[in-house]
Amino acid sequence: MNPKYKRLLILFLILSILGVATKLVLMALEENIIYFYTPNELKKKYGNVKNVENKIRIGGLVLEDSVVISKNESIFEITDKKDNIKVFFKGQLPDLFREGQGIVAEGILKDNKLIANQVLAKHDENYMPPEVADALIKSGVWQGEKKK
Amino acid sequence: MFDLLANPNRFKKITNKLEPSLLVISLLFIIFGLYFSLFDSPKDYQQGDAVRIMYVHVPSAWLASFLYLSLAISSIFYLVWKHPLADLISSSIAPIGALFSILTLITGSLWGKPMWGTWWVWDARLTSMLILFFFYLGFILLHNAFERKVDGSKSASVLAIIGIINLPIIKFSVDWWHTLHQPASILKFDGPSIDNQMLLPLTLMIIGFGLFSLYLIIVNVKTKLIEKKCEALILKLNLKELL
Repeated sequence: MNPKYKRLLILFLILSILGVATKLVLMALEENIIYFYTPNELKKKYGNVKNVENKIRIGGLVLEDSVVISKNESIFEITDKKDNIKVFFKGQLPDLFREGQGIVAEGILKDNKLIANQVLAKHDENYMPPEVADALIKSGVWQGEKKK
Repeated sequence: MFDLLANPNRFKKITNKLEPSLLVISLLFIIFGLYFSLFDSPKDYQQGDAVRIMYVHVPSAWLASFLYLSLAISSIFYLVWKHPLADLISSSIAPIGALFSILTLITGSLWGKPMWGTWWVWDARLTSMLILFFFYLGFILLHNAFERKVDGSKSASVLAIIGIINLPIIKFSVDWWHTLHQPASILKFDGPSIDNQMLLPLTLMIIGFGLFSLYLIIVNVKTKLIEKKCEALILKLNLKELL
């Protein structure tokens, strides 16, 4: 065989083996790669366990009408439309925090409630000017995120 | 066909004509792109003015990935077809790609703080982008690490090819796993989810960055060709003195 094609074939073989190996590693490590669980996934993973000492992250939408912000603590619920989890947080909430917004909260699980030490906002992949967003919501094409 | 492009003299002939116009056109794209990004595009309904970081962040990220693909392809040409010019092209691409990947990480960090509330998280998208930066660094280091230049070129090329596996991970990380980073807005099946007024400056910036990198790569390759010529001349002179 022409040495050029031999080299090409070897490269191709090595790459495919590496590709498969990487895929397997990533599958095995999936639990460590995902950045957060949704409330429903958390329930599946821990079942009836109510206290988790290790830090976990829970992501989802801030449940509408669940937010109570007092002077030194914010309480709200994270939902994935299947399950909800109540979150207690004492720090500064991010600017994008509002009802219906995607967020990720990190903390420990205590009695099925998350005592968070960090709350991060997750924004979506839609980019548009405010007027367009208003028009879309008005015409009913798009539900949108609830305004502050 | 590849032999046609692999001839250094022909390469110089073609690029000499391209070079000045590439510089002018790419700068025009970047100037207009920046004007639209900063002054003549709407605020985002959620993010306000902070969305303008996107016009540098996204083009940098695309270029960082695209240049890596080019680096890997020219490394394959070097290893399989043994074209010396391919190695010059790879080593010319690497520093520019490294620059764009660090630019992506920095602008992303500056964007993350006001929007997410953190400079950095170890989610799949951010981590795989950091790994891309390390692959670039590894290529540059390996390329210069050997006494015999050929050894450096060969091992760096192998590293570049292995790194291809990281590219789909970067692209699809936001779909395969839960990440803090939002999913794709432009390259997705149901069309871009970004307003046209914002897509315009973004497109201008992507084209501008792309053409400007091509210009930089050409300048880099030409410099390296001259360097090689000088080395050869010095070698010749030394030989004559010995005789």
